[in-house]
Amino acid sequence: MPELAKEMSQDCHAVSLSLPHGQVSNLRGRCSLCINTMRIRWLWMWLAGLAAVLTLEGADRASAQLLINGAGATFPYPIYSKWFDEYSKVDPSVRFNYQSIGSGAGQRQIVEGTVDFGASDGPMSDQNLARAPGKILHVPTVAGADVIAYNLPGAPRLRLDGPAIADIFLGKIAKWNDPRLAALNPGAALPKADILVVHRADGSGTTYILVDYLSSVSGEWQKRVGRGTAVKWPAGLGAEGNEGVTAQIKQMPGAMGCVELVYATQNQLPCASVKNAAGNFIAPSVETVTEALAAAAIPDDFRFSMVNAPGGRAYPIASATWLLVYQQQRNAEKGRKMVEFLKWALKEGGPMARQLDFAPLPPDLSKRVLAEIDGIRY
Amino acid sequence: MNSIAPQSMLLPPPSRTGDAAFKFLTWCMAMMVFVLVAVVGWELFRGSEPSLRQFGWRFLTRADWDPVSGAFGALPFMFGTFVSSLLGLLLALPLSVAAAIYLTELAPGWMRQPAVALIEMLASIPSVILGLWGMVVLVPWLNAHPYPWLQRVLGFLPLFRGHVYGPCLLSAAVIIAIMIVPIVTSISREVFRAVPDSRREAAYALGATRWEVTRLAVLKGSKRGIFGAAMLGLGRALGETMAVTMVVGNSTVISPSLFAPGCTLASGIATQFAEAADNFNLYPGALYELGLVLLAITIVTNILARLLVGAVGAPRHPGPA
Repeated sequence: MPELAKEMSQDCHAVSLSLPHGQVSNLRGRCSLCINTMRIRWLWMWLAGLAAVLTLEGADRASAQLLINGAGATFPYPIYSKWFDEYSKVDPSVRFNYQSIGSGAGQRQIVEGTVDFGASDGPMSDQNLARAPGKILHVPTVAGADVIAYNLPGAPRLRLDGPAIADIFLGKIAKWNDPRLAALNPGAALPKADILVVHRADGSGTTYILVDYLSSVSGEWQKRVGRGTAVKWPAGLGAEGNEGVTAQIKQMPGAMGCVELVYATQNQLPCASVKNAAGNFIAPSVETVTEALAAAAIPDDFRFSMVNAPGGRAYPIASATWLLVYQQQRNAEKGRKMVEFLKWALKEGGPMARQLDFAPLPPDLSKRVLAEIDGIRY
Repeated sequence: MNSIAPQSMLLPPPSRTGDAAFKFLTWCMAMMVFVLVAVVGWELFRGSEPSLRQFGWRFLTRADWDPVSGAFGALPFMFGTFVSSLLGLLLALPLSVAAAIYLTELAPGWMRQPAVALIEMLASIPSVILGLWGMVVLVPWLNAHPYPWLQRVLGFLPLFRGHVYGPCLLSAAVIIAIMIVPIVTSISREVFRAVPDSRREAAYALGATRWEVTRLAVLKGSKRGIFGAAMLGLGRALGETMAVTMVVGNSTVISPSLFAPGCTLASGIATQFAEAADNFNLYPGALYELGLVLLAITIVTNILARLLVGAVGAPRHPGPA
């Protein structure tokens, strides 16, 4: 303490010198001239610090941190942002900027070339691929599940099959105590209430997965509604985003809707077990989605649908999600970094995906995708 | 007259270039507004070209909105916009006019200013906040109390049949009513204040009661003004987006029931545009065209309203001080 006091008193004027040492720390005892000098000094220090920070940041940018822009699907956004974050520690020289603006917009932007990579929850159509100036590769990254979540008093565990789900979304099964639902759920206390269907108001990959499934199990759905990221919903009310649908279900007793698995688990919404192609009722989880992924027939261009996949424990309403990259990269440096990242994500990204309720690719599929990535030229 | 005038006339004549430049500059700024509207209109028109070419005028009468098969029509959106806006106006108008009467004719002097300030503050609440409140507080309450009651009492009408979801055209109308009460109130208040005091005094002199004075001297002459205020409110209601989107239910099925979820032109664009890519140009084109329709409706409504309010506000009779 005495040294400190001495040091502080050194640049002070006469007034403070006369102070007893014990009170030097009391700044009010100092002369105003000293305090002013100190203030100015503080100001200088502060400015110098600011300048240092700015130049550091400038230098950081100047040291060519490569920025790779992507846009697309909202469905895998949690895992992508986790991966990009982790990868910035693995390779600090590259930074990924991902905007989750929707699968449709992701497809459009990669075709128009305004981003370095796109992301989509549904494979691109031949028609859209034909519009692109080069060959676009589909790189499956993870798979996720759509769940049929509901809000019923007592939260009974429901069992549903494809035709029943289709008829609920078609508005043909309108009451919870419908005989068909009762037959699927013997013993469950189903109220005599309206089923309030909640669907997405915006176009969405989540929607695509559901309607893809419904089209494959219900001829009427296929004919009246069809497949798409946005469809003409025959019944129910629309809410924006997975979070909007989740909020509406939570708010309305008697509501049923379709959301991504992680939204249901995080909000503790009960979700139905769905009858799969093998005839078993399967609850949605990372494991049952992985089963579906392993059982699905996957072509070499990786544009595949895995709804209603065979396999005894496969959950039927699931889909992979894809990154979209040009096979011939325009920018060699970006292309190389992108390939490095994709390989890292496939090899190391699995555990992070599992934590966020996404199913990583099974090993043999992963091998095939890595071979595809090796084909990217830059 | 005095000694200053001749002296000032001795000064050299001021240069006119500054005035001219200033006038030109302000003229440019004023024209910018028109240019902006024109550019917005042109861009919407250009964007909607695929849809205009495909559907022509039939776009306005088609009830189909099916992105999968590429069939688009504006009818569900126009229907929802008109129903929710008009219904909202119907709810807001009596409230606003009554509030305006109270504020100009009856309220004690000390509370007029604070009350007016409060009402105008209501107008500045961001729409998304009202929407959030509507979604979390208002709609569940409506759903728990007034809606079941309405269905029990008036359920024989097709207007009040069907599933009660909560988010529906009626909820949208209620939110819209809350949002346009401030503007309708403050314009009605201006209109009532424009009524010369001589008229009120004349009515009092004839032995009229307060209600009679209000009815005969104030309301009777203000009909056009109130109508104009209502139209301005309608103009705002038509374009209301965020709050409506959050409570309207966003379904493109046209239903006669007010309890059914619906959609409006603005909410349709807001919810669907980001993901509209299925048929690369037709779907966004159809949404652009919805914007064009909305722009046209809003401009026409606002012009009508301005004409009506202007006609009332302008000839202000000089009353006795």
